[in-house]
Amino acid sequence: MKYVDTAQVQKRMNLRLTTNKLAKSLFFLSTMFGLIVLVVLIYRVFSQGIQWIDLQFLTGKLSTFAENAGVMGPLLGSFWLMLVVAPLTMFLGVGTAIYLEEYAKKGRIPSFIQTNIANLAGVPSIVFGLLGLTVFVKGFSLGNVVLAGGLTMSLLVLPIVVVASQESIRAVPQYLREASYGMGATKWQTVKNVVLPASLPGILTGVILSLSRAIGETAPLVVLGIPALLIPFPDSIFDKFTVMPLQIYYWTIDSALTKEYANLAAGAIVVLLMLLFLMNSIAIIIRNKYQRRL
Amino acid sequence: MEKKLNINEMIQENRKTMNFTRIWEKIIPKILLAIAIISILTTVGILSTLLVETIAFFKQVPFLDFFTGTKLKPLGADAQFGVLPLLTGTLISTVIAMIVAIPIGLMTAVYLSEYASDRIRRTFKPLLEILAGIPTIVYGFFAFTFVTPLLRSIIPGLEPTNILSPGIVMGVMIIPMVASLSEDAMSSVPSEMRQGASALGATRLEITFKIVIPAAISGIVASFVLAISRAIGETMIVTIASGSSKNFTFDVTQSMQTMTAYIVEVTGGEAPAGSTLYYSLYAVAMTLFVFTLIMNLIAQYVSRRFREEY
Repeated sequence: MKYVDTAQVQKRMNLRLTTNKLAKSLFFLSTMFGLIVLVVLIYRVFSQGIQWIDLQFLTGKLSTFAENAGVMGPLLGSFWLMLVVAPLTMFLGVGTAIYLEEYAKKGRIPSFIQTNIANLAGVPSIVFGLLGLTVFVKGFSLGNVVLAGGLTMSLLVLPIVVVASQESIRAVPQYLREASYGMGATKWQTVKNVVLPASLPGILTGVILSLSRAIGETAPLVVLGIPALLIPFPDSIFDKFTVMPLQIYYWTIDSALTKEYANLAAGAIVVLLMLLFLMNSIAIIIRNKYQRRL
Repeated sequence: MEKKLNINEMIQENRKTMNFTRIWEKIIPKILLAIAIISILTTVGILSTLLVETIAFFKQVPFLDFFTGTKLKPLGADAQFGVLPLLTGTLISTVIAMIVAIPIGLMTAVYLSEYASDRIRRTFKPLLEILAGIPTIVYGFFAFTFVTPLLRSIIPGLEPTNILSPGIVMGVMIIPMVASLSEDAMSSVPSEMRQGASALGATRLEITFKIVIPAAISGIVASFVLAISRAIGETMIVTIASGSSKNFTFDVTQSMQTMTAYIVEVTGGEAPAGSTLYYSLYAVAMTLFVFTLIMNLIAQYVSRRFREEY
């Protein structure tokens, strides 16, 4: 007895195989689509911006005249911002991760915190900006200074650091902890001397990724009311500041009136992308260098 | 020189530090809990600031006028605060973005998870991550100075600022998110199921659509919902490339304002605290927050409720 009608199967076979082949090329083209856009975007920005980048552009002050404008102010602003965000998110993020992974694995409070972090990660960045405006700029009367921007950004990127640190802490093998307890170490001594050093590369990678998010983010800072043309350089965390993406934003919207501003924006984008590329490369190097050790 | 201690003194010494250690061990979890609670305080802070000012807004503008008003004219003596123009702006830009991001993102995920060799996967995934890591302001610049002029040469009636171009660019920005989340869901389908179907003579395409996608559907749908949430909350691209006309229309060639772009416009314009304009900022932000929160909760529910365990 025959279970399969061979003729019937044969008849459909070609069609099925051709569809499979066509689908494969379609899927491949879809994958390429994103990459082609990436190439066009980068080519477009670099071809327009690269000729604007010289020493004067990198070290000069902002100016209403396109030829004289430089991005030193926004660059310094971005660095000051990182100086606030890096220690703060590291402290808060790693602390939260240790609590969730080492001290309170189960129970209602930790699972509530965990859900809350997942939801915070999905809150639009502009809403964080309003929080910063209401609480830090107006509530604490800080004004739109580096500290207010840094606090806002720290809360925005906190979920990234928490999740990265949690994954990294979870990846530390249990036998390392047990060996530490076996030597008579207490829980905190184990966390401090065994778990944290072992998970440090993962944590640092998370911190750097969160920093690169923080210096690329525009929306929360726009809301804080930072002026479009801020000429003095920031010298401390209590100074008014502007950052690279914000300056790109102002130049882009003004380019409708003054054409050269579009070139300035492109030049600033090239500088920003280089900075991000550098930071992400450091993150990758850290990850690759320490991954082999465990 | 270290003082020589006899055994009793050593035990005493050890006890002293032990006491300190013991107290320290008790304090540490409390400190860590306090740190962990900061994230909850952030949520509380967001909710309370939005809520307080939104209530103040609804004392000045009736609830129904806000949600059914088709006119948004925040300045002038006859100011009107209807949120519908902003809602349609957000809706349309999100729909355009999804038309781009969902099919392309899903097909990319299928290619990487089901068709591509290990080597191709390992080169393509980081490249897509670069696409995801580009700041949104750069996409805004790209939409405004490249995609809009390009589209204008194809579609004659397109205005210099319009919702179509930022919608498309937003879609491109979201492709990596849909692709990588869906790919994760598909890769976690056990290969035995693929091999079983393969042994029965199924082609790769049939395996993908009849075995892998149904098995991974919870993760895939969750990725779509998260993508929608991301598009609703996206700010800079639409602010730059879609202008600030508060048109109540469904014509994608026109300039429209989204909720996020409205917040940027109003905060940039020095709204005096206490004015209806100032409060409207928070009412719009609250609406935005509720929408994205609902989307995120749906995504979490879908990925938990419909997960197939193997």
